[in-house]
Amino acid sequence: MRHLLSTEDLDKADAIRILDTAEEMAAVSDREVKKLPVLRGRTVVNLFFEDSTRTRISFEAAAKRLSADVINFAAKGSSVSKGESLKDTAQTLEAMGADAVVIRHWASGAPARLAASDWIDAAVVNAGDGTHEHPTQALLDAFTMRRNWARINGTASAGTDLSGMKVAIVGDVLHSRVARSNLWLLRTLGADLTLVAPPTLLPVGVEQWPCSVSYDLDETLATGPHAVMMLRVQGERMNAAFFPSTREYSRRWGFDDRRLAALDAAGARETIIMHPGPMNRGLEISAAAADSPRSTVLQQVRNGVSVRMAALYLLLSGESSSAAPTQEAQR
Amino acid sequence: MTATPDSSRAYLIKGAAIGGGARTDLLVRDGVIAETGTGLAAAGATVIDADGLVALPGLVDLHTHLREPGREDAETVETGSRAAALGGFTAVHAMANSSPVADTAGVVEQVFTLGRKAGWTDVRPVGAVTVGLAGERLAELGAMADSRARVRVFSDDGMCVHDPVLMRRALEYVKAFDGVIAQHAQEPRLTDGAQMNEGAVSAVLGMTGWPAVAEESIIARDVLLAQHVDSRLHVCHVSTAGSVEIIRWAKQRGIKVTAEVTPHHLWLTDELVRSYDPVYKVNPPLRTDEDVKALRAGLADGTIDIIGTDHAPHPSEAKECEWAQAAMGMTGLETALSVVQHTMIESGLMGWDDFARVTSTAPARIGQLAGHGQPVASGSAANVTLVDPSARWTVDPHQMATMGRNSPFAGRELPGRVVATFYRGHPTVLDGRLNTPLVSEGEQH
Repeated sequence: MRHLLSTEDLDKADAIRILDTAEEMAAVSDREVKKLPVLRGRTVVNLFFEDSTRTRISFEAAAKRLSADVINFAAKGSSVSKGESLKDTAQTLEAMGADAVVIRHWASGAPARLAASDWIDAAVVNAGDGTHEHPTQALLDAFTMRRNWARINGTASAGTDLSGMKVAIVGDVLHSRVARSNLWLLRTLGADLTLVAPPTLLPVGVEQWPCSVSYDLDETLATGPHAVMMLRVQGERMNAAFFPSTREYSRRWGFDDRRLAALDAAGARETIIMHPGPMNRGLEISAAAADSPRSTVLQQVRNGVSVRMAALYLLLSGESSSAAPTQEAQR
Repeated sequence: MTATPDSSRAYLIKGAAIGGGARTDLLVRDGVIAETGTGLAAAGATVIDADGLVALPGLVDLHTHLREPGREDAETVETGSRAAALGGFTAVHAMANSSPVADTAGVVEQVFTLGRKAGWTDVRPVGAVTVGLAGERLAELGAMADSRARVRVFSDDGMCVHDPVLMRRALEYVKAFDGVIAQHAQEPRLTDGAQMNEGAVSAVLGMTGWPAVAEESIIARDVLLAQHVDSRLHVCHVSTAGSVEIIRWAKQRGIKVTAEVTPHHLWLTDELVRSYDPVYKVNPPLRTDEDVKALRAGLADGTIDIIGTDHAPHPSEAKECEWAQAAMGMTGLETALSVVQHTMIESGLMGWDDFARVTSTAPARIGQLAGHGQPVASGSAANVTLVDPSARWTVDPHQMATMGRNSPFAGRELPGRVVATFYRGHPTVLDGRLNTPLVSEGEQH
C-alpha cells in the first residue's frame, strides 16, 4: 500500500490486514503507556482544507501514539481564496520533509490528485474528500461492526470478514463520502447492504451499486439488520428542495423513539445503531436512540484511533528508510 | 509598399487526391485555383509533390476561443491563428467571451483586425447575443453585423441564453441581416455547481452531476422557438444521444436548425474523469460511450452538420489544481483533423468527401463565409489543405503552436497530418511546419 485514497480500490487482503493491525493497536491503547516507537523520526502532516476537529484530533492521536512528529496545517477555505494552490502547498510540504500527508478537502478527488502528481512524494491518506470517500471512517465502521459480529457469532474478530452480516445505511447518501466508502468496503468484506434514503438524496446511477436501495426505513428495519448506520443530514438541504421540512424528514427517515421501541418489541437484541458523528439529535437520530445501549457512537470514536494507527503504520513502516536515498537519486 | 503580395505567387500541387477521389494537379495562382488537370506545368511556379496526399477545402471552425482581448496569458489571436493554420484551418470564428466581451462593433472590429494582421487564417468574430453575456438584454447585434467584421454568427457561448423571451427575440431579430444564433444549450438551474456528466461515474466519484436533460431541454425549447418564428438556430457542441434525437426530429419537421459536435465528444467519455485529472474537464462534459456512438452516427447521417473544435486554451495553473477549481475546456485546433480521421474515417463511418462537408462546406455556409467551403476545383478560392492520411504522430502539447497545454489527447498516437495549408493562395503551412503569414494589401507594416 502506497497511499490510502479510497475503499473502492482496497482489496480484501489489505482491508483485513488493516483491521487486524488495528486490533493490535487497540491493545496498545488499553495499556498505561499508550505509545509505540515505530514511527519515530517520521513526519505526518495533517493538511485540512475543511474544518473537522474530530477527524484531525483522531489522526493526531494516532500519529503521536506511533511516536511520529505531527504538523497540523489548517489551509481552510479554497486554495484560490487563500492565494496558494494545492500544488504549491504540496511542494512546500515536500520541501519540509513530510513522510505522510493526511488530507481533508472539500473537493472530491483532491487526495487522488495529490497522489498522482509529481508535486510530492509522501504517502497520501484521504481523510475525507468532498462527497467522494472517507476510507478511514469506513474502516473504523467495519472494525466496529466486525467486533460486534464476532461477539454475536461467539468468535474472535481477527482474520474474519463480515459475511452474512446485514447492514442498513440511512440518510443523505447523495452527499455522503461515508456512505460511498462503506459501500465498497462492505462489499469487499461480504456484508449485505441496504441504502435507505429519500429518492432525492440518492445519486443517479445508484442502481449500479452493489447494494439494495429502499425508500422505506420501517420496511428495512423489519428485515432485522445487524447494524443500522444513521448519516448526518444537513437541515439546510430542505432549502434546495431535497425534502420538504426537517420534521417530515425525521418522521420518515429518522431513527426516532418509535422505531427504537419497534426494534425492542421485535426482539432484535443484537442490532447496533451507528453514527459517524457529529449527530443532529432530533433530526436523523433521537436522543434516546443515540444514548441507548445499542449505540456504538463512542466505540466508533475509540476505534477510529486504532484504525488510523494501523493505516499510518502500514503505509510508513513498509518503506524502509534505507530506500530513501535511491528514490532521491531517481528524481 | 513595393513588395508583391504573397498571394500572387504560383504553386503547382502535383498529384493530390481531391477528397478521397481521383489524383489531380492543382495550379494555385493569384489566390485562386487557376487550373486543375493531369500533367499541368507552369513556368515559375513552386512545385509541391502531393503524391499520397488528400486535398481538402480549407477547414472552417465555427467555434474557437482565441482569448484576446483580455486573456493574452491563455492565447492570443496570433498564437491561436498559428495553431489554426497548423491544424489545416483557413478560417476560424472567435467566440465572444473575451474581456471585454465581444458585444460591440468596436470589440469585434478589434479582433477582426488582429486576425488580419496575424495573417495565418481568416478570423471571423462571433458577436455576443446579450450585453456582457449576462443574459439580460440584447447586444447591438445590428451594429456588429454592419461593422467591418461583418458578424453573422451570434453566441453567448459559455453561457446559455436561458431566458425564453430573450432567445425568441434574438432568433427573430437576426433575420434582419440573415444572422444565426449559436446556442450553448445548458439549463443553468439544472447544472448549478455541476462538475461532470451525471451518471454511474459521477455517482461513484461524488461529483455534482451535469444531467443530459439540462442540454436536451434547452435544445427542445429552442427548435420549437425557431419553428415558431421561422428563424435559423445553430446548436453548439451537442454532447448527448438525446440531443441528437431531438435535432433529428426537428430537421424532419423542416425546422431550420444546424448542429455541431466537437472532436473530443466523438471519442472521449466520462470514464476518464476517474483520474480526477482536470485536463478532462470541459463544458459540455464528456458523456458516455452510448452518447459517443450516437454523436458519430448523427454526424455520419447529417443530423449533426459540422465539426466545431471548441478550442479552449488555458494557462497551466488553471488545470494544475483540484478538479473543482479547474477551468473547463480543451485545446483542439491542432488535433481536430486527426481525431475526426480516427473516429469517423478509420471507423468506416465517413469518407474524405464527408469530411470536407462537415469541416468546411457546411460551417462556411452557416457562417456565411465567402471564399471558404468551396470545392477543390478550378475557379474556387485557393483555401486548400493537404493532408497525409497515412502519417502517424504522437500528441505532445509542448510542441503545439497554441499557448494552451491542455490537450486531452496528450500521449496518444493519432493518424493523419496536415502537410500544407493554403490560405487565399498563400502557403501558411508547408512540410507540416509553419511557413509565413499572408501579408494582405493594406495590412503591410
